[in-house]
Amino acid sequence: MQFDQILQYSLSGLSTGAIYALIGVGFSIIFNATGIINFAQGEFVMLGGMFTLLFLETLKLPLWAAIPCAIVASTVAGLLFERLAIRPLRQATPINLVIITIGGSILIRGLAMLSWGKDTHAIPPFSGDDPIAIAGATILPQHLWILAITVIIVIVNRIYFYHTISGKAMRACAYNRRAAGLVGIDVHRMVLFSFIISSAMGSIAGIIVAPLTMTAYDVGIMLGLKGFCAAIIGGMSSGIATVIGGLLLGVLESLGAGLISSGYKDAIAFIILLLILFIRPQGLFGKAESERV
Amino acid sequence: MLLRLKNINTFYGKVHALKNVSLHLAEGEIVTLIGANGAGKTTILNTISGVTPAGSGDLLYHKEPVQALAPDRIVKLGISQVPEGRQVFKPLSVEDNLELGAYLRYRNREGKSSIHEDMERIFTLFPRLEERRKQLAGTMSGGEQQMLAIGRALMARPKLLLLDEPSMGLAPLVVQEIFCVLEQLRSERGMTILLVEQNAKAALRLADRGYVLETGKVILEGDAGELIENAEVKRAYLGKDKKEIWER
Ligand SMILES: Nc1ncnc2c1ncn2[C@@H]1O[C@H](COP(=O)(O)OP(=O)(O)O)[C@@H](O)[C@H]1O
Ligand SMILES: [Mg+2]
Repeated sequence: MQFDQILQYSLSGLSTGAIYALIGVGFSIIFNATGIINFAQGEFVMLGGMFTLLFLETLKLPLWAAIPCAIVASTVAGLLFERLAIRPLRQATPINLVIITIGGSILIRGLAMLSWGKDTHAIPPFSGDDPIAIAGATILPQHLWILAITVIIVIVNRIYFYHTISGKAMRACAYNRRAAGLVGIDVHRMVLFSFIISSAMGSIAGIIVAPLTMTAYDVGIMLGLKGFCAAIIGGMSSGIATVIGGLLLGVLESLGAGLISSGYKDAIAFIILLLILFIRPQGLFGKAESERV
Repeated sequence: MLLRLKNINTFYGKVHALKNVSLHLAEGEIVTLIGANGAGKTTILNTISGVTPAGSGDLLYHKEPVQALAPDRIVKLGISQVPEGRQVFKPLSVEDNLELGAYLRYRNREGKSSIHEDMERIFTLFPRLEERRKQLAGTMSGGEQQMLAIGRALMARPKLLLLDEPSMGLAPLVVQEIFCVLEQLRSERGMTILLVEQNAKAALRLADRGYVLETGKVILEGDAGELIENAEVKRAYLGKDKKEIWER
């Protein structure tokens, strides 16, 4: 087994891992604000890619304009999802709400299939596809885009949660919803915010990965589950723990697929998921009662 | 009249927790609500705060009905609660907790400088909080967390402060310090205070008036001085054995 081979797999694993991280943080943000797992999270990843395609090919926008439009469109979809599917059922138990998110995800996927068909589509890479050599391995410019955008989002996220009053209010809600209400925080507004942030992040993940993996109406299922796995490894943290969870998952998957067999790629995520749930349900880094933000 | 509850009934599912409760607070008064565990004291505060809305009855603030409002709207009206067991945001710093107390003022685009002035005033009231301003709230002692919970509520600039057993589990000296601050809030800011306590003696010494609650009903009300002398109250709430528990 050669060093540059391992480096190669790790590098590409890191960039897929970054995608899982963004999706996973989206899961965690909603979970912390509402106590529910939003299984429609993957669909916003899919919408990001598909909306980019719509703006790019149907409306003939240039890529730099199509991307922000797609992010806005997916975020509006997330907002509507909260307003139409989650908020009216506020009194429902968490398990019912989770089932509703599963129903919502099937609906969104169905609508996407009706609008865009079942074909797989490609989005052009952001800046060409000439490989860049790094210490015997090569990576594509799109990998660098993914890593850079992820780093920026993680930093923005951190600033939001730790240095703005709205972000602090979101953390307060996650920690103790009743006390948050008693200081005047509108808890329902925070729930809406959490859906807005998560769908925006999910769509960005879907957009930056689409040039590498292609996109289709059903890519949300697998990406959503991988993101969920990252969040579980991170103990449902909306911060660095889930990011590390995503990166770890991406790298292990890539190494497993490269060194053992590519048939195991998806199985690795689920084996990790089950192991974590059985052995360390509080996440890889979690103390049982620590804050999850 | 600042606040009036008229024949309030509150339920938890089938549990009838408040039965025709009526009480009132005039501006600038300190009123205490005493009663044993499970009497319904917390439920009264949460009914006022909109956490457990009343099933029937009237809740009037400045003569306006407010019983259907969500907790954040109640805070906006000028009623802040210091909840039972403090409930500070433990993973956040002391400063962040205080800032969140002023959440609605931030949302109203009130200048940062006046909010920070208020924070300094909280630090004058509770100098121990200033020493720990960067510390996570969860790492502080119970007394300090209680002070923080009070400070957080004050940051909203309430006219009416609801306190749920602020002395619970605290050493007598700390209780004294906190009750001193309550007195100060009334005399310096004209704050109206509804104080829920099991520590009936200390509460009645501080308060102007009191209500005694038993299994969801108001069974006695009167001036604090009278209640302290009342034989029933003495037997049930000021007994020697209880006193020892509180002053331990
Ligand atoms: N969440 C709840 N669900 C059901 N019953 C409750 C709940 N909270 C309080 N109760 C009941 O309501 C009554 C009053 O409780 P509470 O207001 O907490 O009393 P206190 O604050 O005086 O100790 C008690 O009988 C208690 O068991
Ligand atoms: Mg109580």
